[in-house]
Amino acid sequence: VAEEGGPCSLSKMAGADGDDSLYPIAVLIDELRNEDVQLRLNSIKKLSTIALALGVERTRTELLPFLTDTIYDEDEVLLALAEQLGNFTMLVGGPEYVHCLLPPLESLATVEETVVRDKAVESLRKISQEHSPVDLEVHFEPLVKRLASGDWFTSRTSACGLFSVCYPRVSSTVKAEIRQHFRTLCSDDTPMVRRAAASKLGEFAKVLELDYVKSDIISLFTALASDEQDSVRLLAVEACVSIATLLPQEDLETLVMPTLRQAAEDKSWRVRYMVADKFSELQKAVGPEITKNDLVPAFQNLLKDCEAEVRAAAANKVKEFCENLPEDNREQIIMTHILPCVKELVSDTNQHVKSALASVIMGLSTILGKDNTIEHLLPLFLAQLKDECPEVRLNIISNLDCVNEVIGIRQLSQSLLPAIVELAEDAKWRVRLAIIEYMPLLAGQLGVEFFDEKLNTLCMAWLIDHVYAIREAATCNLMKLVEKFGAEWAQNTIVPKVLGMANDPNYLHRMTTLFCINALSEACGQDITTKQMLPVVLKMSNDQVANVRFNVAKSLQKIGPVLDSNALQTEVKPVLEKLATDTDMDVKYFAQEAISVLALA
Amino acid sequence: METTKLPPTSPSSPTTSFSVPSAEKVDGFPRRSMRRARQRRSHSSSQFRYQSSQVELTPLPLLKDAPVAELHDLFCKKLQQCCVLFDFLDCVADLKGKEIKRAALNELVESVATSRGVLIEPLYPEAIKMISVNIFRTLPPSENPEFDPEEDEPTLEASWPHLQLVYEFFLRFLESPDFQPSMAKRYVDQKFVLQLLELFDSEDPREREYLKTILHRVYGKLLGLRAYIRKQINNIFLRFIYETEHFNGVAELLEILGSIINGFALPLKAEHKQFLVRVLIPLHTAKSLSIFHAQLAYCVVQFMEKDATVTEYIIRGLLKYWPKTCTQKEVMFLGEIEEILDVIEPSQFIRVQEPLFKQIAACISSPHFQVAERALYFWNNEYILSLIEENCQVILPLVFATLYRVSKEHWNQTIVSLIYNVLKTFMEMNSKLFDDLTASYKVEKQKEMKRERERADLWRGLEEHQDRRMQMLTEAARNQRNLQERGERGDPPTPSSPQTAHSDQPEPKISGASSSSSGAGESAT
Repeated sequence: VAEEGGPCSLSKMAGADGDDSLYPIAVLIDELRNEDVQLRLNSIKKLSTIALALGVERTRTELLPFLTDTIYDEDEVLLALAEQLGNFTMLVGGPEYVHCLLPPLESLATVEETVVRDKAVESLRKISQEHSPVDLEVHFEPLVKRLASGDWFTSRTSACGLFSVCYPRVSSTVKAEIRQHFRTLCSDDTPMVRRAAASKLGEFAKVLELDYVKSDIISLFTALASDEQDSVRLLAVEACVSIATLLPQEDLETLVMPTLRQAAEDKSWRVRYMVADKFSELQKAVGPEITKNDLVPAFQNLLKDCEAEVRAAAANKVKEFCENLPEDNREQIIMTHILPCVKELVSDTNQHVKSALASVIMGLSTILGKDNTIEHLLPLFLAQLKDECPEVRLNIISNLDCVNEVIGIRQLSQSLLPAIVELAEDAKWRVRLAIIEYMPLLAGQLGVEFFDEKLNTLCMAWLIDHVYAIREAATCNLMKLVEKFGAEWAQNTIVPKVLGMANDPNYLHRMTTLFCINALSEACGQDITTKQMLPVVLKMSNDQVANVRFNVAKSLQKIGPVLDSNALQTEVKPVLEKLATDTDMDVKYFAQEAISVLALA
Repeated sequence: METTKLPPTSPSSPTTSFSVPSAEKVDGFPRRSMRRARQRRSHSSSQFRYQSSQVELTPLPLLKDAPVAELHDLFCKKLQQCCVLFDFLDCVADLKGKEIKRAALNELVESVATSRGVLIEPLYPEAIKMISVNIFRTLPPSENPEFDPEEDEPTLEASWPHLQLVYEFFLRFLESPDFQPSMAKRYVDQKFVLQLLELFDSEDPREREYLKTILHRVYGKLLGLRAYIRKQINNIFLRFIYETEHFNGVAELLEILGSIINGFALPLKAEHKQFLVRVLIPLHTAKSLSIFHAQLAYCVVQFMEKDATVTEYIIRGLLKYWPKTCTQKEVMFLGEIEEILDVIEPSQFIRVQEPLFKQIAACISSPHFQVAERALYFWNNEYILSLIEENCQVILPLVFATLYRVSKEHWNQTIVSLIYNVLKTFMEMNSKLFDDLTASYKVEKQKEMKRERERADLWRGLEEHQDRRMQMLTEAARNQRNLQERGERGDPPTPSSPQTAHSDQPEPKISGASSSSSGAGESAT
């Protein structure tokens, strides 16, 4: 009862409100008709404000007819209108009047521009839920029928998205009509309409009674799946997932599998790609028995497909497919059927295929266990670590944690090192950036000893990279390493080297020292910051390059909170005061900012 | 012959102008040239996959040596021989077989082109079958997903040495004086044409060039297929415009349509007008317009020359899709408008001059000087100038304010001087009107500012009104609920929390739609 309070009082309020006359519809409509598109767009976006000013009755009798009649505008305006109308139920007086919104939305559902039409359909779907069952039959369903039998393909395309929302709530005679309309659209002679129907087939199947799924949907599915255009056939693959989920296991073999088998061997690579891309969903939908008998060979074929696109899509699914295999003979299936294909993909001619595989292959180790991993997978990992394409190597390195859990990283470390070193020195800075981001993870898994021995120098070398993004990432990396290995480690291995750069002839390197200090001070703690870092920062305040000096001010501001008040007053304050009188205006600015933030004034 | 010896490293790299030495492409990004080298290797694989077992080809006697009685039989055998497909990705595989097929194709081409009486009925199905087997294939995925036809090298078809000859044969077949449409139409049917049209998506420009000529011949000779071809081209374009924005053969298809439009009967059928309004005009929205704009503009002008009454649809359509952010496209649109104005009928001009010159004024004030310049060039066109002069009373007031303002503000000196010329022309056309407009410029400007203020006031009022209304609604809803709660439980009245007020009534929905009222909920508590 409480819910009805809103709409009920809204209509009462609107009726009682006295200032309707303040806003003659003509003035408001002028706004919606303004010559300037941008102004028109602004007005449409505030359509709810206009409707509220008019009150529910005049919105119904004046505003909506105007909107319905004048729908010829820029698509951008129409898009905004289509969206607004989906939220208009209360503004026309609540659910009992919601059907007033149908005429303008119907027109919008027929325009050419796809985004406008889609939005109109979205709004129609939304307000369909606000119709009472009677209104749905009296107002909504006739609209769907009109759209479904429209002259131009646009309205028929839109109709496809509306069947499923009204079907469950109408009488059985109307249901029969809706099914008939959907059937007709599935064999429309415009491929655009068939595509729309195919893409809604799964959704429509879900609201149908099981008998009709078997009698109607299956034949439509079969027909769409053998359409002359591959763009239609591939959409049927998507529907296959929903349909298979709806049917009882014993019917799958006869009703779905022939079509699915055919799709997996379609002559168009786009259809095969779609099968590969939806493989995990298909696998779940058809269940373990069919997976064993049918999908395993189909998957093997996709992994060996002649088009790289298809192989890459299938390679992406290797882990998921294996994970979802029935446990009783999972290992056997993988070892005898999947692994041989995977081995071939490791040396594929296409780098996208290899890198797709590299992004999931490590996940197989948890499924196959320690012994199999060492015997069969490890050689593959090692091969991919030496791949010519950096993306492949990166994908392997980024997934090391899966292997670490199963066999420990030591097995890999000998091959890992050259791979990391090579990536660390790659000519492309994006590759270097990517490997830096894995450093903390690697450090954690390889341990401090290995790190100090082999990787520390790399981390330091990045600090003087000629690309700023790398230096920045290197700084951030140091902070994460300190968080991992502790302040003492930092004091012994990192801090001296960082502070040493303060005397570098290149001012960019001197600035890197400051950036590192900014990042490290907190992790290193008060003692190291005050005793080792602060003196260096203060000394740099005499640097001849202004950029260094104002970064000194910024650094002091940053590390101030870590320092004790004595150091702040006796050491930091004088330096900042001196910088605040610098000849360079930026130095002055940042010094003053630091003084006020640290409350030293 | 370029096809007899295949270069061992890049089988599909042809000796034509399409291949660019990779050295020229070195631009500091080795990835691109690497990708190019790779893409040469992997085209046409989709086709070869379905050849299950390789047949060993044995050379047949030459057609020219064959006795007349055996000629047709031999011709047929050669056609069958040419149905065998070869793997061109592996450039050394079965060189002998490839050479036999190439020679056979050459012979077939020559025979169809030069000798009479070869094409007899039983050969039609064999010939069409040979053509279908060779050319119809699923085009492989583009090696470069962000392929830019203007910048990037197209991927070339690896099996071109054979494919070219098959296309050549098909073309000669269609052009042969012996060709009988009544026999061909049984084999060159709708399904055949549909597959032919799909091939226009080929990335290889040589293939599209052949397809263009062939489709044109098919359209010319097989009358029964015309409507179907037009409809399928429509579908391809609509898909291109509204679904994928990707199709390589748009320019070629438009070129064919240009000559088809030329042959339309008058008065134009509704189907053809619909094609203009719902397909050709929306094609202007495509991102890759520059690739096919010349052909598109040609089609549009063809329509106008056929039937002047479509002028208004065209101009209004172009104005609707006028580019908002892409200045290169804007320049193209202006170019097309000039082509249209060149042939426009004065009576039609009057119907569109108002919206058109508003847009031209907007272009003149574009900060991008090429756009402004292109629009101002209209005044150098004598025919357009005569149209402007005839309608000076209407046009000058539309553009005057812009010209006046831009002449004082534009950063580019060329534009400023062009505008001075235009102003001078107008002054000479109608000095009285010019003076009046100059005099009223300031007043108009002030009126405009006043209107602007009024608009702002109106919206402020509306928004305040909305806030008030929201408050009232929130209170009303709360009171009502309190009343009910009290009635149900017998509780004393308590202020409800804002959360419950939100969840129970429509207010948040509306306030969500307009940011100005988002405070309404809080202020009510």
